[in-house]
Amino acid sequence: MTAHAVPRSTAESTLISQFEARKELARSPQRAAAFKRFAERGLPTRRVESWHYTDLRAALADAAPLASAPDRTAIEAAGRALKERNKLGTVRLVLLNGRLIESLSDNLPLGAAVVSRGGKPLAVDDPMVALAEALSLGGCSVEVSDGAQIDKPIEILHIVSGDGALSVYSRMEIVVGAGARASFVETFSGAGPAVQRHAVTALTLAEGAKLKHAVVVEDRAELHLESQIVEIEAGAELNAFALVSGGTLSRRQLFVRMLGEKAKVALGGLALLDGSRRADTTLQVVHSAPAGTSREFYRSIVDDEAAGTFQGKVVVESGAQKTDGAMKSQAVLLSPRAQMNAKPELEIFADDVLCGHGATVGSLDPEQIFYLRTRGIPKEEAEAMLLEAFGREAIERVEDEALADALRMSFRAWLASRGGRPTEARA
Amino acid sequence: MLEVKDLRVSVHGKPILGGLNLTVKAGEIAAIMGPNGSGKSTLAYVIAGKPDYEVTSGEVWLDGESLLELEPDERARKGVFLAFQYPIEIPGVATMTFLKAALNAERRARGEGDLTTPDFMRRVREASKALKIDMEMLRRPLNVGFSGGEKKRLEVLQMTLLQPRLAVLDETDSGLDIDALRIVSDGVNALRDPNRGFLVITHYQRLLDHIRPDTVHVMANGRIVASGGPELAVELERNGYGAYAEEAV
Repeated sequence: MTAHAVPRSTAESTLISQFEARKELARSPQRAAAFKRFAERGLPTRRVESWHYTDLRAALADAAPLASAPDRTAIEAAGRALKERNKLGTVRLVLLNGRLIESLSDNLPLGAAVVSRGGKPLAVDDPMVALAEALSLGGCSVEVSDGAQIDKPIEILHIVSGDGALSVYSRMEIVVGAGARASFVETFSGAGPAVQRHAVTALTLAEGAKLKHAVVVEDRAELHLESQIVEIEAGAELNAFALVSGGTLSRRQLFVRMLGEKAKVALGGLALLDGSRRADTTLQVVHSAPAGTSREFYRSIVDDEAAGTFQGKVVVESGAQKTDGAMKSQAVLLSPRAQMNAKPELEIFADDVLCGHGATVGSLDPEQIFYLRTRGIPKEEAEAMLLEAFGREAIERVEDEALADALRMSFRAWLASRGGRPTEARA
Repeated sequence: MLEVKDLRVSVHGKPILGGLNLTVKAGEIAAIMGPNGSGKSTLAYVIAGKPDYEVTSGEVWLDGESLLELEPDERARKGVFLAFQYPIEIPGVATMTFLKAALNAERRARGEGDLTTPDFMRRVREASKALKIDMEMLRRPLNVGFSGGEKKRLEVLQMTLLQPRLAVLDETDSGLDIDALRIVSDGVNALRDPNRGFLVITHYQRLLDHIRPDTVHVMANGRIVASGGPELAVELERNGYGAYAEEAV
């Protein structure tokens, strides 16, 4: 079978010429190999199982021009804009158009450092990850040294210059050393509706490492594509969460491998969807070693004509006995045209495991709304109270209190922004 | 203050109330008694504005204002309060948060500012004391895991805080042991006021031993079939509803 029997789409042709036009990219054998892997398959369509609900080839009319390294004017403009903004963490690294800008970034606390290391090949079978490997120029690596204990969250802020059409590829790497503890929040902010973004973040947890990681997608990119590639060694623990309230089309894909015994991972998210926005979370957790624990807990609030997708696959390899896995996706639909696709899956090759999954899709309970209204609470406020309760239970799983507070504030801001729009009026 | 005229109501096409007339004056406690299925709870829900109840004809007036045109929350802000037979559990919403939202909704409608937290807490603490409500209970999610007695006491707490013009109590005695019944009844009696009307819906006489009604109405097959003073409740307790069941429709 030919990998690409259909003619190239406009976006695919543009991507090919973009890659060829950048000689510095094409000269790197690793990038050339990665681009070849992408070009053989092209943009993913519904026929690719992991992309079944997000037909990227159909969605992408064309590929926006590649962002170039920001010049001094752009950096200064970004610096002025940042002054208005509260830091989510105590320390901030700023990536402008996918590149780390040192003059806008703080010094990292003791035990953490930005290091330069050649990005190693990304061992994930996905055409878009291959494309990002070929096209991303900037990004950065942060290393937390063995045994370091960093309690205050470090923010990695992804921003974009200007408001024109741009595609931004970035590669971010966080390596947490043996027995170390750290907390990061990646915020995607400031992208306008003509921005196409693909951010790759690799999280590597050495033995006994503990990492809390949160993602906030709050801007309006045409395409927000994020690939999180996670490797977890023995006894290490990852608590990762994402609040998605922006992006016309957002796709978060998580590739998690639990390589050592007794590793723990808790993944969660809250997607807030309105208008005709779409948000897809597709994750794969592979238990390769015994006695690992994995938890996935995702909630979505879907309004108007928006559509949410959750695809989760937990794979328990034959050596991964005593695996404990539980996956749940829950959605509230606020309009008759809102949609949710949920597809949780288990693939188990070991015999002594405890795994389960569940998915629910529903609407707000009219009995609860009536009860609140009989106490004088207006309909929109009653709905907001119930939605806040629904979303807060997802955010509660964020272990870092300061981060959880910040997420709750963003969530409440989203709820307030839809205030005065009772669901029935649009039914 | 409350006037119900020839009220006819259907639920999913099935007639439940068939031409009901009722008046409750300011300061009056009116009891409605009747067998199961007579339409008592429907009347309560229609006064409160529950969706899915189709009013096919008739009128409901509160202080000269037609209630049927108002949304449930507007009715509440005009002073209608329904104490639910089965208060709804709302996971994830702290009882205290809910109470504050309810009190502030009413204030906002009157153009007043929100209560300050100390002022709010003081009111809640005072009202809770008489009802033997532990402040710890109010930090829990609304009605979730509450016992029957706790739920009913919380209904009366809300009523006390909101100070309604018209309080409709739907089978408030159901699920209460004798001690809880006394606490709840004392709470209701404390709210007796020349400016407030009560509509007390119950199946049994025993609630009316604690909350003494001024008038008693017997409901059967969706209509009021007999009205009288407190002695009517005693008679019903002795003879049952059998004599009235055939009279309506």
